[in-house]
Amino acid sequence: MPAPIRLRELIRTIRTARTQAEEREMIQKECAAIRSSFREEDNTYRCRNVAKLLYMHMLGYPAHFGQLECLKLIASQKFTDKRIGYLGAMLLLDERQDVHLLMTNCIKNDLNHSTQYVQGLALCTLGCMGSSEMCRDLAGEVEKLLKTSNSYLRKKAALCAVHVIRKVPELMEMFLPATKNLLSEKNHGVLHTSVVLLTEMCERSPDMLLHFRKVCLLVPQLVRILKNLIMSGYSPEHDVSGISDPFLQVRILRLLRILGRSDDDSSEAMNDILAQVATNTETSKNVGNAILYETVLTIMDIKSESGLRVLAINILGRFLLNNDKNIRYVALTSLLKTVQTDHNAVQRHRSTIVDCLKDLDVSIKRRAMELSFALVNGNNIRGMMKELLYFLDSCDPEFKADCASGVFLAAEKYAPSKRWHIDTIMRVLTTAGSYVRDDSVPNLIQLITNSVEMHAYTVQRLYKALLDDISQQPLVQVSSWCIGEYGDLLVSGQCEEEEPIQVTEDEVLDVLEGLLVSNLSTPVTRGYSLTAIMKLSTRFSSVNRIKKVVSIYSSSIDVELQQRAVEYNALFKKYDHMRPALLERMPIMEKTASNGPTEIMQTNGETEPSVPDTKHLPLVTQPANQANDLLDLLGGNDVVPVIQTTLPTKPASAGGELLDLLGDLSLTGGPTVVPAPAPSVPVSQPPFLLDGLSSQPLFNDTSAAIPPMTAYSKNGLKIEFTFERANPNPNIAVITIHATNTTEADMTEFVFQAAVPKTFQLQLLSPSSNIVPALNQGSVTQVIRVLNPQKQQLRMRVKLTYTHKGSPVQDLAEVNNFPPQSWQ
Amino acid sequence: MMHFLLLLSRQGKLRLQKWFTPVTEREKKKVTREMTLMVLARPPHSCNFLLWRDLKIVYKRYASLYFCCGLEDQDNELLTLEVLQRYVELLDKYFGNVCELDIIFNFEKAYFILDEFLVGGELLETSKTAVGIAMEEAETLQEVTHTQSLKCDTCPNISICFFFSLNRQWRSI
Repeated sequence: MPAPIRLRELIRTIRTARTQAEEREMIQKECAAIRSSFREEDNTYRCRNVAKLLYMHMLGYPAHFGQLECLKLIASQKFTDKRIGYLGAMLLLDERQDVHLLMTNCIKNDLNHSTQYVQGLALCTLGCMGSSEMCRDLAGEVEKLLKTSNSYLRKKAALCAVHVIRKVPELMEMFLPATKNLLSEKNHGVLHTSVVLLTEMCERSPDMLLHFRKVCLLVPQLVRILKNLIMSGYSPEHDVSGISDPFLQVRILRLLRILGRSDDDSSEAMNDILAQVATNTETSKNVGNAILYETVLTIMDIKSESGLRVLAINILGRFLLNNDKNIRYVALTSLLKTVQTDHNAVQRHRSTIVDCLKDLDVSIKRRAMELSFALVNGNNIRGMMKELLYFLDSCDPEFKADCASGVFLAAEKYAPSKRWHIDTIMRVLTTAGSYVRDDSVPNLIQLITNSVEMHAYTVQRLYKALLDDISQQPLVQVSSWCIGEYGDLLVSGQCEEEEPIQVTEDEVLDVLEGLLVSNLSTPVTRGYSLTAIMKLSTRFSSVNRIKKVVSIYSSSIDVELQQRAVEYNALFKKYDHMRPALLERMPIMEKTASNGPTEIMQTNGETEPSVPDTKHLPLVTQPANQANDLLDLLGGNDVVPVIQTTLPTKPASAGGELLDLLGDLSLTGGPTVVPAPAPSVPVSQPPFLLDGLSSQPLFNDTSAAIPPMTAYSKNGLKIEFTFERANPNPNIAVITIHATNTTEADMTEFVFQAAVPKTFQLQLLSPSSNIVPALNQGSVTQVIRVLNPQKQQLRMRVKLTYTHKGSPVQDLAEVNNFPPQSWQ
Repeated sequence: MMHFLLLLSRQGKLRLQKWFTPVTEREKKKVTREMTLMVLARPPHSCNFLLWRDLKIVYKRYASLYFCCGLEDQDNELLTLEVLQRYVELLDKYFGNVCELDIIFNFEKAYFILDEFLVGGELLETSKTAVGIAMEEAETLQEVTHTQSLKCDTCPNISICFFFSLNRQWRSI
C-alpha cells in the first residue's frame, strides 16, 4: 500500500477543485483511502491521516469515523501523535458521545507525564472540553498540578480548575488550599489565570466570597499588584501601546468589582487605586479605553463615594464624544446600566446621547434610543419627544415598532397637556402607523374618550388625517371610531383649539363609505367604519342614506360585516325605539393598568352603577381586545374569584373577606400576621358590608384640599397618602402614595399592593420605581384610584414586599385612618 | 468567558473554529452559518460589536479574514479586541508576515498557538514572548522524538538534516 499523501499535498489538491462536485469527489476518494488505512491499523501514518481528516472536517464533511483513531493517537508515545490526537479529540469529540470517556485514562497518565508539554496538552484538553465525569475523576490531578512550582503548568492547571468548577461546582472546596499563595507569583500568566480562578470561585459561592474578603484579605493584595503594574516601568514582554499588561489589569478590576459589591470596607480600600487608574490611564488607544471601561463598571457597581461616581459618569460622557464607534457604543451600554441609579448624572449628557440617535451605525442607534427613553422625564418631555419623533420618521423599520411603543409610554407618563398627548399620538400614527402594536388602538381610543374637552379638536384632526391617507390601518381605525362617536361635533364646527373646518354630513359619510370599499382597508377596519356609520344615524339627519348603506352590507361576503349589518338593520326595523339609547355617547372608561402584579381589581357585579354599562356591550363588538378591556372593567366573573356573600354568622368574616382578596396573592409569610388583625375588626362590620343602602350623608366637598395622612410607618418605611378628587367623576378618589425610607440601606424590589372592601373599585397605576432609596434620598410614588360610588367609609388593607439588606421583607397592614373628606 | 472563536474568510469559508462549550455538530454548523451571514454583511466602518441571542459578538477583520468570537455579558468587549489583536500578532511572529494561506496550509499550527493562548474560553498567557517560546520548545520535542524513532533504520545523515531544517514548511506531516 503506497504511503498516504501528505497533508499539504491534500490541501493543495482540494483547492484546485473548480466546482463543489469536484471537491466532493476528491474528498470521498481520500476518505475511502483513509478508512482502509485505519482498518489496517497503520501506526506510522495514523497521525497524517487524522490530520487530513481534520482538514476535511473543517470544510464541512463528516469525520466521525476518525474519533477512535484520535484516542489511539493520544495513547501513543510519540509527541507528534499526541498533539494531533488531542487536537482531533477537541474538534471531533464532545461530551455527548460516550467515546470521550475513554480519554480519561490517557489524560490521567499524561497529567503525570515527565514532559511538561505532554502534561500541558492534557490540561488544555481537559480544560476545554472535559465533561463532568472526567472532571470528577481528574480533579485531584489538576489540584496537584495547581501547587507545582512550574509556572507553565501552574497557569494551565488554574484554567483547568476553572473549567472543573464550572462543570462540577461542588468540587470548588478542594481547590481552596491551593489558592493560598497563587497571588504571590511573579509570572504574569500564573497571576492572570489565578485571578480568573478566584473570580470564578467568588462568583459562584457567597461563602467563598466572604472567605476571600475577610480571611484572605484579598483586596489589599490585589490593590498592591495593580499598583505595581501601573507604577512599574516599561516591560517589553507585557507592554501594549505603553500600558503594562492591560489584560491582567482588567481582570483584577473585575475581581475587585465582585469583592467590593455591597461591602463598605472593601469598597473603601479600593477607592484610591480606582481613582488613580481612572485619571492616569492613557486614552489615545483602544487598550487604555478598555481599562477605563472596566474601571467605570467597577466604580458603578461597588459602594464608591459620590466623587468617584461623578468621575465615572464623566468618563462615560467623554467616551460619548470619542470618534471611535466602539467606544461610543460601550459608553451608551454602560449609561443604560447606570441610568436607574444615577439618573441625574446621566441627564447631564442627554444632548450628546440624543445626538447619537443620528449616528449611522445600527448598534449605536439602538442603544441611543433605549437610553433616550430611559432619560425622558416631566421636565424634558417636549424637547425629547421632538427628537424622538424625528428619529421615528427617519429610522429603519426594525426600530419603528419599539420606538413607537416607547413614545406612547413616555407620552402617557409625562404628557404636559392632553392636547399635546393627542397630537403626539397622531404624529406617531401618521408616520409609523403600520408598525404600532395592536393594543395601541384601544389605548388611544380610551385616551380620547377620557379627554372630554378635546373631542372636537381630536375628531377634526383625525378627519383631516383620513382625507390625506387611508393606508395606515391603526390611524384609520381610530379615526373612524372617533367620527362615529363625535361626528356631530365635526359637522357643527365646534372646535376651539384650532380653526374649525366646514364639513357636511354627506362628506363625512362619503369618507366612511370610501373606507368600506377601499382595497387598503382590512376587515377589522371595515368593521370599525360600518359601526361608525351606524352610530352617526343618531347624530346626523341623513338617516336614509345610512339605512341604505347598512342594508347593502347585510349581504356582504365577509361574515363579520354581514352580521353587523344584519343586526343594525334589525335595529332600524324592529327596535328603532331603542336605537338612540344604544347608540349614545360612550361613557368615560376607567383604564385598566396593563402591568400585572401590582393591580387588584374588585368585582362589583350586582350593584347599581354597573347596569347602564351593560347596555353598551352589544355595541362593543369591535376588535376583540377592546371588548376584553371593557369586560375586565365590568368585572367579568371569570377574571377575579367572586367573594362569597355568607357574612352574617361569622364575626371575623369581614377580616376574612379581605383575607380572601389577598389570598390569591399567595401569602406565604402571611399566616401568622393576618389572623391578628382579623379579631380586631369589630363585629359590626358585616352589616356595614351588606348594607349597601345606608350611606353617609352626602357632603359636596367643594372646599379646600384633603389633608394628607400617614398610612404606614414601620421599620423605617413610611408611606404617606395624598389625595385629590378625580375629575370629572366625583366618586373617584385619587390617592398618591409616597414611600420613603429612613434606614441606611435601600429597599429594593419594592411592591405595594392594596385591597379594599367589596363595594369599592380599586386601580393601581404603575409605580415610579421599585427602589426606595435610603435615608430619605427620594421616594417611590404610585397612584391609586378608588371608585366609591356608595360613598362608604374608605378602608384599605395593604401588603408591602421589599428586599432590605439582602433579605426579603413582607408586611400586611390595615389603613383605617382615612380623613372623612376622602370618601364623602 | 468566550463561548467560541471562528475565523471566516471573505467568501464565507471557515478557516478555524474553536468551541469552548459543548455544542452538537448540527448546532455548530448553524451558528457558523449565522455568524457568516451577520458578520460578512456588516458595512465597513461600523461598530465591531453585535448582540446575538444572549451573547455579545465581537468581530474584527484582518485582511481577508474575519475573527469572530462570542462573549458573555460581563466580558469586556474592548479588551477582547485586544485579545484578537494579540492572537494575530502571535500568528504573525510565528509565520512571519502571516496571511490567510498560512492558516489554510498550517491550520494545525494555528490551533496549537491558540491552545497556548486561550484555554476554556479564558486568556492563558499575557506575555508576548511566552507563547512563541512554548511553540518552539514543543516543536523541538517533536523533532527529537521523530528522529529517535527514525534512528534505528535510516542513515545518520537524515537526523542532521532535520536539525538544520528550521524552516517550518519542511517539517510536514
